[in-house]
Amino acid sequence: MLIIKDLHASVEGKEILRGINLTINAGEVHAIMGPNGSGKSTLANVLAGNTNYEVTKGEVTFNGKDLLEMSADVRAKEGLFLSFQYPVEIPGVSMINFLKTAVNESRKYHQLKELSAGDFLKVMREKKELVQIDSQLTNRSVNEGFSGGEKKKNEIFQMAMLEPKLAILDETDSGLDIDALRIVANGVNLLKKPENATIVVTHYQRLLDYIVPDHVHVLYKGQIVKSAGKELVLELEEKGYDWIKKELGE
Amino acid sequence: MDNQNTLINEVTDRDYRFGFVSDIATDSIPKGLSEEVVRIISAKKEEPEFMLEFRLKAYRKWLTMKMPDWAQLTIPEIDYQDIIYYAAPRQQPKYESLDEVDPELLSTFAKLGIPLEEQKMLAGVAVDAVMDSVSVKTTFKENLAELGIIFCSFSEAVKHHPDLVQKYLGMVVPPNDNFYAALNCAVFSDGSFVYIPKGVRCPMELSTYFRINAKNTGQFERTLIIADSDSYVSYLEGCTAPMRDENQLHAAVVEIIALDRAEVKYSTVQNWYPGNKEGVGGIYNFVTKRGLCKGEYSKIYWNQVETGSAITWKYPSCILAGDNSVAEFNSVALTNNYQQADTGTKMIHLGKNTKSTIVSKGISAGHSSNSYRGLVRVAAKAENARNYSQCDSLLLGDHCGAHTFPYIEVGNQNSVVEHEATTSKIGEDQIFYCNQRGISTQDAIGMIVNGYAREVINKLPMEFAVEAQKLLQISLEGSVG
Amino acid sequence: MTESTIIETAEQRILQLFTENKTLLDEGAGSLLRNHREVSMKAFQRMGIPSRKVENYKYTDLTKLFSLENYNRAFRPTSFDFDMQEVFTCDVPEFDTHILFHVNGWYFYQNRTDQFPKGTIIKSMKSAWKENAELVETYYGKIADSSADPLVALNGAFAQDGVFIYIPEHVVIEKPIQIINLLRSDEDLYVTQRNLVVLGKNSQVKLMFCDHTLAIHSFVANYLTEIFLGEDSIADVYGIQNQHNGTAYLNGLFVHQGRNSQLITNTISLHGGIARNHLHVDLLGENANASLYGLTLTDKDQHSENFTSILHSKPGCHSNQIFKNVLDDSSTGAFTGRIHVLPGAKKTEAYQRNNSVLMTKAAKMNTKPQLVIDNDDVKCSHGATVGQINEEALFYLMTRGINENEARLMLMFAFAHEVLANIRVEPLRQSIDRLVNKRLRGEVSRCHDCKLECIR
Repeated sequence: MLIIKDLHASVEGKEILRGINLTINAGEVHAIMGPNGSGKSTLANVLAGNTNYEVTKGEVTFNGKDLLEMSADVRAKEGLFLSFQYPVEIPGVSMINFLKTAVNESRKYHQLKELSAGDFLKVMREKKELVQIDSQLTNRSVNEGFSGGEKKKNEIFQMAMLEPKLAILDETDSGLDIDALRIVANGVNLLKKPENATIVVTHYQRLLDYIVPDHVHVLYKGQIVKSAGKELVLELEEKGYDWIKKELGE
Repeated sequence: MDNQNTLINEVTDRDYRFGFVSDIATDSIPKGLSEEVVRIISAKKEEPEFMLEFRLKAYRKWLTMKMPDWAQLTIPEIDYQDIIYYAAPRQQPKYESLDEVDPELLSTFAKLGIPLEEQKMLAGVAVDAVMDSVSVKTTFKENLAELGIIFCSFSEAVKHHPDLVQKYLGMVVPPNDNFYAALNCAVFSDGSFVYIPKGVRCPMELSTYFRINAKNTGQFERTLIIADSDSYVSYLEGCTAPMRDENQLHAAVVEIIALDRAEVKYSTVQNWYPGNKEGVGGIYNFVTKRGLCKGEYSKIYWNQVETGSAITWKYPSCILAGDNSVAEFNSVALTNNYQQADTGTKMIHLGKNTKSTIVSKGISAGHSSNSYRGLVRVAAKAENARNYSQCDSLLLGDHCGAHTFPYIEVGNQNSVVEHEATTSKIGEDQIFYCNQRGISTQDAIGMIVNGYAREVINKLPMEFAVEAQKLLQISLEGSVG
Repeated sequence: MTESTIIETAEQRILQLFTENKTLLDEGAGSLLRNHREVSMKAFQRMGIPSRKVENYKYTDLTKLFSLENYNRAFRPTSFDFDMQEVFTCDVPEFDTHILFHVNGWYFYQNRTDQFPKGTIIKSMKSAWKENAELVETYYGKIADSSADPLVALNGAFAQDGVFIYIPEHVVIEKPIQIINLLRSDEDLYVTQRNLVVLGKNSQVKLMFCDHTLAIHSFVANYLTEIFLGEDSIADVYGIQNQHNGTAYLNGLFVHQGRNSQLITNTISLHGGIARNHLHVDLLGENANASLYGLTLTDKDQHSENFTSILHSKPGCHSNQIFKNVLDDSSTGAFTGRIHVLPGAKKTEAYQRNNSVLMTKAAKMNTKPQLVIDNDDVKCSHGATVGQINEEALFYLMTRGINENEARLMLMFAFAHEVLANIRVEPLRQSIDRLVNKRLRGEVSRCHDCKLECIR
């Protein structure tokens, strides 16, 4: 589904990603772990098409298409979803209007009929139940005045609405208490389908107790330095990231 | 960023939708302004003596005045002798039913989406359509008359209700008020007149659509709204003009008088032709709008969405004379390409316990310049006056300017005046967030700008709000770069 | 028949004075300075005494002041019959400063300047014209533009003396330089003073201007200070105005800031008849930082205006302004503030606030904050409020057993303190805190240990 080859990227002239190679197939859950500043969020943002990050080298194909050629909204319409670490507040733009536009833009892109207001509200109700989001939240402006937990739940709710092929969860667990974490993880698991894939970007293993990964990668100084199965999570928890650093001879 | 700019360019490059010219026979007089022209206008309109006197007084005053130069505007020299001061669709005495109206004219209004026709009447909006400053058709007149409401063209009001006109005309905006108001007083050709009798709540929105059609003409209409004690009315004003390369002058005057406990809502969606992308052509919109809260507990609300005109000079204001009176000014002003706007309000607190609120949202794009200019004055006797002002500016692109010039003059100890202003650019992170959800940059900008302006748009009557939202989106297309 | 009278305008009178005393004015000045004087006079004649119709003088009327003018002019230094150091002791304990006096605009001949680091120049403007012509001419009249403002022009035309301060590269003057401007005369007097301060690269200085009147006669003081901040330099400029009600204080502070330089100004107006502070800052180097603060306390029929303009011309500069007014009796106040961000000045942050409290029915406040923004990469805001003491807070304090009067004072003081907290010289801050406290209590507001009778 997603093939990343020798991806290099920089921010304001500073190279953050230094040759990432990664292949993700349908049905898989990949965890990308690593200490702070290793480039995890940069990778998530580069894949989503944030223009503040400059790709200097490498290629990424998404379902056979050149991902880097696409603008951020086209990537989203192609089925790539990023759950933001810090979802931005957009005052005055109602959640309903925002989501309806997003859903129908995507439908138009895939030459499907746009949802009527009635149908849209019906879908929204279903998805709200699925992810257990407070129905009040959708009456407000996008993320405005949401608590940290509400913002993250709202991201998962949007994911449910947009039904992406590949979901990238960027530090979705940060700032969540255990109950909120359970709801968020539960939502992600419910949305999982054999034809979809998920990338979980996280610093801690906590979220991975709930969303069990098939593959675990450790990102360090802009490169994937170790890849293994889910057992790596436990090893990291036990030994910390210093262990990796030692292994790399630092 | 480049990518974004390209897209923003695309967004802002959409064209003016109302630029067509209608081929309607007009009755006009030669170019130029003189005492003779003023007399001709008055004679053509078969006006009583007091009207001619009013016009002549204003004309003589105008001769001694200069164009105001304090606004943050670059106004090219205007040759006042090169303007036609009277142009009316050539008409039979008056249309009695829609069948008599020139079909071309009807189709013009249909293109503008003005509910002149039967099915549109179901929308429940009474319309006075003004083409080149002459009222063409007023709908729903009879229904309103049953309630004692007078809603007619200004000329008709002069003929049938001269006492009301004589009593209130010039009460809020006197002929010597300013250069453009004086000009309007001298040459105005028509406009709308509204009188709501005591205790009557006007059951429907009253609406005027203004259209400049004829070439080389200036539009000088005059609106007078009188809300008698305990009455209520909501009034809508919309405007469009054809695309022409030369600039056209629009100098209107609106006067509102609210008596005891009366409430008047005046909403404008101003979409005069703004000129092309290089700044050629467009309307000069120099308008004087003022309301007088004459009675106690009276209320006047100005709501405006300004997207059109090459140059806008406009300060819908309120004089809060009655004790406990309330005034609001809610404005969205969007400028793009080479448009210039200097707009705002004056809130003059004279009565006790008076309260005013100002919400101004400026949006500048392209090479445009957008200024808020406002005055809040609390007179010594205005005990317990309150004002709250909030002026925000949003900049799209780095060739445009956003300026804020508030004046606050407080002469009363028990009053509270607060003013806040911010200037910022559109958030790149917000655009990216929308992109990530599959919303194009073009739509994202439209959405974010509408969200930014929502506080004001929500004050508009439903139908107008929808139109205003679309207009904001369209006007932005091609803005930033 | 009545005799026909020749109506003489203030401008004509001023021109006549200028022409008659030209030789005296030009004494010691080189050709550039003489030329500046001529240009200034021409500019003044073009602009004239500003009426309230002039936008920048909308809230301070000077026409009356000048139309009634029959002040004498201090064209020569006043002879002084007592030892200044003896007469004037500053009230602030352990407040160790370098003291420089001016009397009626003239640099006082007994000023001591031998304790400054090598290369530092501190002397009278008149001597600097002669002895440091090249240095003076580089900056003089270049920071304050005579063609843009009538009071600047008037100062340029009549300037004869003041202080010239030059701090060389990398020099830090630790102790604040206290510049005490005294007005003393046995007749009504018009005074002009012109100062120039030049900070070399990476240098630092703290300046404190104290303005006092020493006599009961009326004064018009037209002061102007130009400051140039070189790269990475830091200047603190404090002004304490404490003059009697017969004084019209027209003070200008014009600053050019280089790269990474920092400026703090704090203008405290405790007392005066008419006071107008004109503060203008040009941020001409990247990442320069300017903070302007002001507190104005007025009563009786005093009038005070703070007029500020900050020009952001280069990227990455920050400016912040907080001005507060407390208006008692029938005093009037004004604040005009303008932030202008030019097209190239990316990443600008500029903030401005004016808060005023009206204590009585007769007091009046006009405020005119302005933002002129020609660039989208900015964070700018301004806010203005005019109101009273927070009644809720007052009630809260009273429920805790504080009497109303005291509670009101506490709140007033808290209101003022936000400005005072930004004074970076601790003993000075404490002293001004005390002065403001006393002023708010209605006690005589002069520095209590000072022997000078500033207040009549």
